[in-house]
Amino acid sequence: MSSTERDSAALLTRVPAIELRDIVKRFPGVVANDGVNLTVRAGSVHAIVGENGAGKSTLMKTLYGSHRPDEGTITVNGEPVTFSSPRDAIAAGIGMVFQHFMLAANFTVWENVVLGDEPGTKAALKPKPARARLRELGEEYGLDVDPDALVSDLGVGDKQRVEILKVLYRGAKILILDEPTAVLVPQEVDELFHSLRELTAQGATVIFISHKLDEVLQHADAITVIRQGRTVGEISDPSAVTPRDLAEMMVGSELPSPEIRGGKVSDIAELVLDDVTVTNPDGGRPLVEQVTLTVHQGEVVGIAGVEGNGQSELVHAILGLIAATGSISVAGRDITGLSTQQRRALGLGYIAEDRQKEGLVLPFTIWENAALGHQHQAPFGRGPWIDIAGARKRAAEIIDTFDVRTPGVEAPTFTMSGGNQQKLVVGREMTMEPSVLIASHPTRGVDVGAQALIWDVIRDSRENGMATLLISADLEELIGLSDRLLVMLRGRVVADLDPATVTPADLGSYMTGVRTEAQ
Amino acid sequence: MTATIDSTASDVREPGAESTWRKARWMPLAVALGAMAILSLTRLLADNDDLTSSGTFGVALRVAAPIGLAGLSGLVAERSGTINIGLDGMMVMGTIFAGWWGWQYGPWMALLGGIIGGMAGGMVMSLATTTFGVNHIVAGVAINIIAPGTARFMAGELFTDVQGGSITTSPGNTGAIGAFTVPFLSGGDLFGWTSPDILGWLEDRGWFLIADVAALAKGLTTAVSWDVVLTIAIFFGIAYLLWHTPLGLRLRSAGERPAAADSLGVSVHTMRHIGMGLSGALAGMGGAVLVLFANRYQENQVAGRGFLGLATMIFGNWMPLGTAAGAGLFGYAQGITLRTNPGDLVSALILAAGISLLVMSIWMVVERRWQTMGFMSVFTAVTFWAFFAASEPNNQLVFVTPYVVTLIAVSVGAQRLRPPAEEGIPWFKGMQ
Amino acid sequence: MFERIWRGSLAPLAAAVAAIVISSIALLISGNNPIDAFREMWQTIDSTESVVLIINRAVPYYIAGVAVAIGFKMNLFNIGSNGQYILAALIAGWAGAEVSLPPPIHVAFVFLVAITVGGTWALIAAVLNVTRNVNVVISTIMLNYIAFGLVAFLLNEFLADDETAGLVKNTKQMPSSAQIPSLNRLIEILGFNLAPGVQLYGFLPFAILLGVGYYVLLNRSRFGYDLKMSGLNPDAARSAGVNPKKMVLITLFMSGAVAGMIGLPFLLADPNFQKYGDAFPVTIGFTGLGLALLGRNSPVGIAAAAIVWATIERATQRLAPIGIPQEIGRILQGSFLLVAVIAYEVVRRRNDAAVAAAAATATAKLHREPPPSSTPMAGAPA
Repeated sequence: MSSTERDSAALLTRVPAIELRDIVKRFPGVVANDGVNLTVRAGSVHAIVGENGAGKSTLMKTLYGSHRPDEGTITVNGEPVTFSSPRDAIAAGIGMVFQHFMLAANFTVWENVVLGDEPGTKAALKPKPARARLRELGEEYGLDVDPDALVSDLGVGDKQRVEILKVLYRGAKILILDEPTAVLVPQEVDELFHSLRELTAQGATVIFISHKLDEVLQHADAITVIRQGRTVGEISDPSAVTPRDLAEMMVGSELPSPEIRGGKVSDIAELVLDDVTVTNPDGGRPLVEQVTLTVHQGEVVGIAGVEGNGQSELVHAILGLIAATGSISVAGRDITGLSTQQRRALGLGYIAEDRQKEGLVLPFTIWENAALGHQHQAPFGRGPWIDIAGARKRAAEIIDTFDVRTPGVEAPTFTMSGGNQQKLVVGREMTMEPSVLIASHPTRGVDVGAQALIWDVIRDSRENGMATLLISADLEELIGLSDRLLVMLRGRVVADLDPATVTPADLGSYMTGVRTEAQ
Repeated sequence: MTATIDSTASDVREPGAESTWRKARWMPLAVALGAMAILSLTRLLADNDDLTSSGTFGVALRVAAPIGLAGLSGLVAERSGTINIGLDGMMVMGTIFAGWWGWQYGPWMALLGGIIGGMAGGMVMSLATTTFGVNHIVAGVAINIIAPGTARFMAGELFTDVQGGSITTSPGNTGAIGAFTVPFLSGGDLFGWTSPDILGWLEDRGWFLIADVAALAKGLTTAVSWDVVLTIAIFFGIAYLLWHTPLGLRLRSAGERPAAADSLGVSVHTMRHIGMGLSGALAGMGGAVLVLFANRYQENQVAGRGFLGLATMIFGNWMPLGTAAGAGLFGYAQGITLRTNPGDLVSALILAAGISLLVMSIWMVVERRWQTMGFMSVFTAVTFWAFFAASEPNNQLVFVTPYVVTLIAVSVGAQRLRPPAEEGIPWFKGMQ
Repeated sequence: MFERIWRGSLAPLAAAVAAIVISSIALLISGNNPIDAFREMWQTIDSTESVVLIINRAVPYYIAGVAVAIGFKMNLFNIGSNGQYILAALIAGWAGAEVSLPPPIHVAFVFLVAITVGGTWALIAAVLNVTRNVNVVISTIMLNYIAFGLVAFLLNEFLADDETAGLVKNTKQMPSSAQIPSLNRLIEILGFNLAPGVQLYGFLPFAILLGVGYYVLLNRSRFGYDLKMSGLNPDAARSAGVNPKKMVLITLFMSGAVAGMIGLPFLLADPNFQKYGDAFPVTIGFTGLGLALLGRNSPVGIAAAAIVWATIERATQRLAPIGIPQEIGRILQGSFLLVAVIAYEVVRRRNDAAVAAAAATATAKLHREPPPSSTPMAGAPA
């Protein structure tokens, strides 16, 4: 080894792979990044954590050249750079795996990988070298995917591998992954971090964003915490902190706790599902299989499960949005043959898992959204007419009671933040005084204040006899709020647990089918 | 969004996906042969050789060319992400420019003029849809309203005070574009020597199916106008461009997943502009081919062929080969009305359509797809009613054939049709 | 209020200016004097007769615009209004001539037939959509051409009046009991005098009624609420208990039913027609598409667009004698439409961004206020 090579090798270890200084990025009405600093050691796995809306994704997009920062400097391997497009970032050896897969489903794996950087001449695409290179990369890093497979035929884990291959194919030495584990099951998560370790062992640097603090503490070499667009913590030794420390750093205050022990569960059954099955329209295993469960008055029944194991379909079946066999009854009345509208009129409240997709009409005004799902009932509807005055009045009440922050009932809903949108949804459902509430991920993507408020609402309504079916990916929320916990796996209820005794780790093993319980 | 949906699909890989794919390879050929067999059968039943004569197929090809170009125009636009309802208007722009330049400079310049006129229309639409994010249907409708007005204004200015011209017609092209016959197969000339006509000999034998296939081949290789030859070449060219060049991959990515393209530094807007420019050019050329056929510009010459082109594109499942097949089918249906005894041919064709529908209905019974069968039976009944009800076979019914066929195709096969995943959605930087 | 009107008319005004500029350029290129042209156009429309003729012309345009706007509001692009109305006009014209009824009932009968036929033809596309998932744009385009063929076929084979020999085919003339009287009396009461032979057709009140009905349906009724919701977010609409299939069926039927009325001003109120035939206007449905776009699906907007359209057509009618091509009207209309749809989109995006920014600022101010003293849940009902 010559002396210059040794010097440059030494330089590589001393000089950080990435250094962001005082990054400011403004959007109309919001400052997404307000002086963020980030230093990433070369060859390390670096985690970035923060609440929703803290500005993590904005920061990573800045680093990837998706947009330019308004202030601040970016340094890559000691060189100051300015990126005007992802092409510049790619050229500087930076690659990004987005939260939502950036894959064309109708393209093959190799087509997706080479897009924008095609082998061959302008007049002729040459797939052969691409296939060979993909096989090579796959072997090297344990990222095996058939280059000629159609992406629409791949599972989530494979798709993620394709995303990483895309980045590696371009020779990236610095990888950014935005919430890479959000859609993966635990085994896939392990495989992912295994591959990432493989990469760093060969000199690459990995930055990833995550919400799952256990995972961050387990896999990251260093952690940067971002809150309200600012860097609020740098942790160089993750083994010295607990998830709770980290969470409080993210939030900047004591964490609310979802605990609800006490109170009594009545023995009057309010929501009863008997042998509910939802067949798969594409053939194959049913999406929901023979689910039987009862939720009593004043009871919260939690449903745990890795996403995509039939929870959404179960919820949609209860609401009558998709066809199901078996029977469903509310307050002793069989609702199996009723339409969605009739079911909701009977007192079925519904907090949808994706408020923007299912829970709200974003261009509608706030009063219009306050009527959503209840447009047939007072105070929103009167005969065939819409009672505009009544709806406005009710919307104003919701804004007041549930601390929805907005300029007024006539403001379009898309102008509100996620947390306020969710408070509007929750407020809308709760003011109708439902006897049964179906709450799908009620606190997903909301700030801590909104989360505490929503937990309070569910708790108080429980006291007053409401039956709640709670579906959530947040295990702490599930354990804290539920009176009983069910686990769904591949469309079936596979475990019935007592939240007072179960730990998140236990729950995880049931969710992935590692442990099973005879029903 | 995609992620949560896909997570259920992680372990449900399509069973026997490969075998379906293999089946798909010979399916088009089988369907084509089956259709030819039914035509051949009808020819014998109705005792009308002109139903499958090389002359009929030749006319069909001539009529199919502009429809095919329109279909290809739609295909390129939609593959690159823009739904081009406005291509009918772009064809109109093509006809007026082709009529103008054909009259002034001859047939080849008519083609070029048509291409330029159509391309201008495509760029205007792309400005609205791509740059400004106007809803694609809205912009397309606007183009379709503007183009005929512009054409009429131009025709009024260009042709009214000219001998042989008026506000509705151009004076006629100067010179003809010429035609080409393939030697040996169809008796084309080779350096002044007339080669043998093998296909013609086969056609004259009148054997079931063989004669008909030979006639088809002869029709496609005899006295083919050069603009039609060019059209066929363009079909291959576009297929190659889209599936075998880097530019093609990028164009398609703008229709399938623009965010992915953008994240890899491919400019979605550039791709969509290119796609629309190309789409407009193809539509305009389609207009020019119409002008070359009629030898002049005529008002309303396009007569909805742009929409017919969209129909062929859908019929062909957004693939060039399928689009060509759709254009051929529709060209055939329209082409027979231009033959010497259209009345007899039309009723024979309606009979053939009825037989085909009956065959398909029976097939659906075998497959136990009752709902589809129901739809097919209704169409079958209507077709036979039309066959018997028309006192004298009626051109209007042939005029509607392509549209009915497309409606049947989309209602029977809508589940199998696969348009580009994210076409028709205005895209701006930062969208996911 | 004033600001809203100003904001709403900014885009159309810009489009009008652009259209005038583009047309002037077209006139200059073709060697005409734009100033002469526009002066002549103004003089043509500057009379009571012209106003009456413009209104007569605008009425069917207006109906055509409203017909497609109903579907547009739900993101159902009913491109097929043209087919729906010619089929409806043919059959209503034929049926109206076949029966004899007392005047108001006769008119109502023709209405009913036209609405039913138009709605039913549109319903085909709706049924294909809900049962076979066929895109409405595609099916309605196909159905347009099928209707063209079918109308020609039915007229030639079955419905033409046998008395009319030769090349021109017509349905039988409808009796006078199927005529809506003109509104000339009203004009006289208002103190205007009309030249002989000029009539304000009696269909105008029906068109106004249609607009009012459309407005009330859209903005005051639960159906209108469901309709808008389904157009903006079909998933949310489903979760809110709206049956999407039912909505598609009802909405397209309504759109087709209104489209069926496009031909009625000619059949019922225009003494030059009173029958369906080769001279009947057959492209108003397509015009309606443009007018719905121009009027942004609002009843008042579509009315304004229809009047502008008719005004341009009336204004250019006397250009030819002074040597200016009358087709400049088409350029005016076309460039107005194209620039308008672009301007609407630009203004909408800018407004949305401005509203979002303003709301963010306003909410940020709220944040700075001390948080509510009591727990937010105190007043929440059980």
